[in-house]
Amino acid sequence: MLALFITMIAGALLVYSAEEFPHWGDPQQPASIHVSPRYIEKTVEETGVPNAVTSVLADYRGYDTMFETSVIFCAGVAVMMLLRGMRHGKNPR
Amino acid sequence: MARILDDIILDDIIIRTCSRIMLPFIQIYSLYVFVHGHSSPGGGFQGGCIMAASFILLAVAFSIREAKRRFKEKYIVILCSLGVFIYAGTGAVAVIFSGNFLDYSKWTHILPTTPVMARYYGMALIELGVQITVMAVMISIFMDLVTKGDHGEAPDWEDD
Repeated sequence: MLALFITMIAGALLVYSAEEFPHWGDPQQPASIHVSPRYIEKTVEETGVPNAVTSVLADYRGYDTMFETSVIFCAGVAVMMLLRGMRHGKNPR
Repeated sequence: MARILDDIILDDIIIRTCSRIMLPFIQIYSLYVFVHGHSSPGGGFQGGCIMAASFILLAVAFSIREAKRRFKEKYIVILCSLGVFIYAGTGAVAVIFSGNFLDYSKWTHILPTTPVMARYYGMALIELGVQITVMAVMISIFMDLVTKGDHGEAPDWEDD
């Protein structure tokens, strides 16, 4: 009962705060006027890459992509550790 | 699963011949997607997945042993970490030449180009690292999952 109460309060707060969000697809919203025009205008000039997606992915947001790669590496190592450990009979099937 | 892969599908000459013809084209297409990531949709993640798909097709159409004979397990594990190393190393070189981490314009100290083109080639280098890691990890996860981790080497692997 308490959990239901907390959930409804939190949901009401979220709906209340969503009222002040910018409209869907609004070209004047903060996310569209802060860094996006700079990336679109300066990509070819600063990086020489005609594809803005690649320049944002690999250059402006290089940290993000680096740790995405690390996450993939960790996933591979985790699968190796989990499944290859069963070979030695420690875990009976 | 392993038994199906090794006994039944292995005998189908149509699948084997088609796979053998398709494999080099899939790999060339993977390199195309990787190299054209600068000017069209694509890049290391997509190219690596396509390259891994070619080896998975080899394992499915022939056998796990055939795929392992073409691409040794030791090299898969080495390539997994080599890709991340290339990525981080590309960023660390910029630190050596008094730049920020992953600031590829400092590569002008090594490459005879302008800073703009140095960023271009730096992006190509890290995409190469991403491609190698994604390819090796995808192949490794596939091999581990279909053979329950023993890579077709355990004596009782046909009991499943």
